[in-house]
Amino acid sequence: MSTTNGLIGRSVKRVEDKRFISGKGRYTDDIILPNQTYASFVRSPYAHAKILSVDLAEAKGMPGVVAIFTGADVADVNGVPCGWQVNFKNGDLMKEPKHPLLVADKARHVGDAVAIVIAESKAQADDAARAIDVEYEELPCVIDAFKGAQPGASLVHDDVPNNMCFDWALGNPIAEVDEAIASSAHVTTLEFVNQRVIPNAIEPRACNSSFDAGNDSYVLYTSSQNPHLIRLLMCAFVLGLPEHKVRVVSPDVGGGFGSKIFHYTEEALLTWATKKIGRPVKWTATRSESFLTDAHGRDHVTKAEMGFDKDGKMTALRIKTFANLGAYLSTFGSCVPTYLHGTLVQGLYTTPKINVDVTGVFTHTTPVDAYRGAGRPEATYLLERLVDLAAHEMNVDPAELRFKNFIPPFDGIGQPGYQTQVALQYDSGNYEGVLKKGLEMLGYDALRKEQKDASKNGKLLGIGFSTYIEACGIAPSAVVGSLGARAGLYEVGQVRVQPTGKVSVYTGSHSHGQGHETTFAQIVADKLGIPMEDVEIVHGDSESVAFGMGTYGSRSLAVGGSAIMKSVYKIIEKGKLIAAHKLEVSADDIEFESGKFTVKGTDKSVGFVDVALTAYVPHVFPPDLEPGLDFSSFYDPTNFTYPFGCHIAVVEVDKETGKVVLKRFVAVDDVGNIINPMIVDGQIHGGVAQGIGQALFEGAEYDENGQLTNGSYMDYCMPRADDFPMFELGGQVTPCPHNPLGVKGAGEAGTIGSTPAVVNAVLDALWSGGHEVKDIRMPLTAERVWRAMQ
Amino acid sequence: MATQIRVKVNGIDYNNQVEPRLLLVHYLRDVLRLTGTHVGCDTSSCGACTIHINGKATKSCTILAVQANGCEIKTIEGMADNGKLHPLQEAFKECHGLQCGFCTPGMIMTAADLLEHNPEPNEEEIRYALEGNFCRCTGYQNIVKSVQFAANKMKEGVNV
Repeated sequence: MSTTNGLIGRSVKRVEDKRFISGKGRYTDDIILPNQTYASFVRSPYAHAKILSVDLAEAKGMPGVVAIFTGADVADVNGVPCGWQVNFKNGDLMKEPKHPLLVADKARHVGDAVAIVIAESKAQADDAARAIDVEYEELPCVIDAFKGAQPGASLVHDDVPNNMCFDWALGNPIAEVDEAIASSAHVTTLEFVNQRVIPNAIEPRACNSSFDAGNDSYVLYTSSQNPHLIRLLMCAFVLGLPEHKVRVVSPDVGGGFGSKIFHYTEEALLTWATKKIGRPVKWTATRSESFLTDAHGRDHVTKAEMGFDKDGKMTALRIKTFANLGAYLSTFGSCVPTYLHGTLVQGLYTTPKINVDVTGVFTHTTPVDAYRGAGRPEATYLLERLVDLAAHEMNVDPAELRFKNFIPPFDGIGQPGYQTQVALQYDSGNYEGVLKKGLEMLGYDALRKEQKDASKNGKLLGIGFSTYIEACGIAPSAVVGSLGARAGLYEVGQVRVQPTGKVSVYTGSHSHGQGHETTFAQIVADKLGIPMEDVEIVHGDSESVAFGMGTYGSRSLAVGGSAIMKSVYKIIEKGKLIAAHKLEVSADDIEFESGKFTVKGTDKSVGFVDVALTAYVPHVFPPDLEPGLDFSSFYDPTNFTYPFGCHIAVVEVDKETGKVVLKRFVAVDDVGNIINPMIVDGQIHGGVAQGIGQALFEGAEYDENGQLTNGSYMDYCMPRADDFPMFELGGQVTPCPHNPLGVKGAGEAGTIGSTPAVVNAVLDALWSGGHEVKDIRMPLTAERVWRAMQ
Repeated sequence: MATQIRVKVNGIDYNNQVEPRLLLVHYLRDVLRLTGTHVGCDTSSCGACTIHINGKATKSCTILAVQANGCEIKTIEGMADNGKLHPLQEAFKECHGLQCGFCTPGMIMTAADLLEHNPEPNEEEIRYALEGNFCRCTGYQNIVKSVQFAANKMKEGVNV
């Protein structure tokens, strides 16, 4: 339609950096409103306890205290909802116990909020919170998903038998899969735990809510990945507020990684409380609170079996997973272990028979929900661990075993998409391409030789593979609706050309590090043939952006970017009508190129800025056309996008201590077309680091009493700068066939691919030293690896 | 209960009454409204609050405002010189050393201290120096490159 001015595909430096490098970012906690008050919470120190009494007498009289509310005060207020309906296999609806804003009867995890104290200063609120005397009766608790689903386990909710939220299955009938497994020449079986990890965005969650009694309106600032969704859920499901009277703003947000998708109780409670007290209320989590109340990720207990025929072709895959949901259903808690996990277990392989069975279990722990990758890392972990283990058991090369089983290349245009056994249809792919490139970058053959020599030096060298696929660009509304989503998953993009030709773009996507202000400006400036400085990206405020579904599931460019493109095309079409009128020709004779509307085959043209001015000063204007140059578009994709790639880890294991050192990490990711390579590489770096974090360092540790024993940065092992080598990135481009930019999404790829590659590498190292170990529980600490070698 | 403190922050003298328990980071953020210095944890682990006290990188969540009495403090807001960005600020932008930006001020302040004492650090020294600053977005790779880039620029005398 329009030619480019070369901005697409260039590593343009980020527009947003100016404020961040000079300390001028504006995060929620930076905001202090006139007449501000501050909140502090009283949280349960027990995982499961009856609340016998709450004594506020002393706290109420303390300096600065404005108000104190307990569970009794919000008993009539709805709880925060779950956004995804998953049914039992027999068709029964999932169990959806209330997730109250404050608990009145029982605490169900350490950190469950019992009371909120609001005071003139944060310190005064903290002081008064400490003076509240809560009498608890501690009850038995259950922490583990598998144990939680067994008869006799302590119940998290009295009306949820066996703590089972749902049991769910997908794929071929189980009898067919059982038969295929039984008749396989070789079956690889793996029982493992995909441990719970804690997202740990460095900015703790924060919100600040205010009420204007003059016009009955609210403003909620919240550190969220999707302010519009928070507004919808809070208004429609929790507080019953009129949406048009509620503005939700997510200003600069210091990382999300999934944990800031969800509608949290604090957002609704502060909004409820601000009207009660008639003053703004602000709360910022301490890091300890973040550990206890940000939704956690992963936490699956799984048995997986993969069958092979005598030639090493995959015949069947059977999976049984117990997924820990925590004490309450978080916003997408039900969807992550089912539709974002079970649908991805085909992987890159042609396995003809697959059944995946997932039981969602409530436990006395912090709720579990999407964490970078969300379900897809769990699917990739089980598959890729099975493949490397099977290769070892069958004594074949793990790369060769993959080549033998890959789905052949297809572009999704000439060749159709690939229909999996687990509901999805992949859009386009060249899976052998990424593995070939990875092996080249690695220098695979030489490295295998080096591996043989390493043990002479007291070290064991290991090479681990992971070839992954993910479903991104979430998502086609019709598809997700049929699968239980309670919201549409389109995106909205408004492009407003100002009279001087400057362009304001309003997107429902939200950037919390992804660089939308740069990438989106690149595509708009490129298509309109104008300088990037003339384009401003506006996001994160429900007052300026009419609608939006936010940022998660690597959807911003594929869905949000496509919505913007639709509006850009509308701008160009209308611009042609205006230009044609000015140039006194038919609109069919106008072409738009490099910011100019030109009469085809002539040098007669009118510039973009001129057309913009004419649109708003329409003295000479087509009579049947409205003035203005401003379009909004909804884009609802026709399919998910399916990025894929190959990650290879090289590790060294110390024979004496079990210490693992990551020597090299090669990542070849195919994320479709790329707008800004620098930003995509940055996304991969960060994702890879988080995936390696899960493999080697991170994991929530609960004791038998339900205490999170590593709930601080002194105890939870966050990856640090000196834990990593320089990652080696390669690329391949297989465009997405169904969106206008051909993009697939890059936000989660690194996390999804990297974890199994590292674990496989450690096991490969141990195998090279003659240690026949099937599994080591993540994180692979020196102690665990050492024990595995004894 | 309030105590009088005098500090010089980014070249400006301040004289305030503060509660003895007020952390320096909260003094900077809430009293002086210098919100570029961030709070990411409560255990002095994450480094988002790193500033310079008398020229030395310090985690401002680990020191009371009253302890800083008489000190000279520099925050991220004071890194630019008459509107000209510090080479590290330029480098973080040039090398895509930041994503969400929350850890960035602390990273820059720590890196500035490193380069002050070791103008030509190797990769290992940079990674070790940044060990007390967490970043969840970048995998640290481009942060390391940013520090290398700034070190080279400062050596060449460009932007200094």
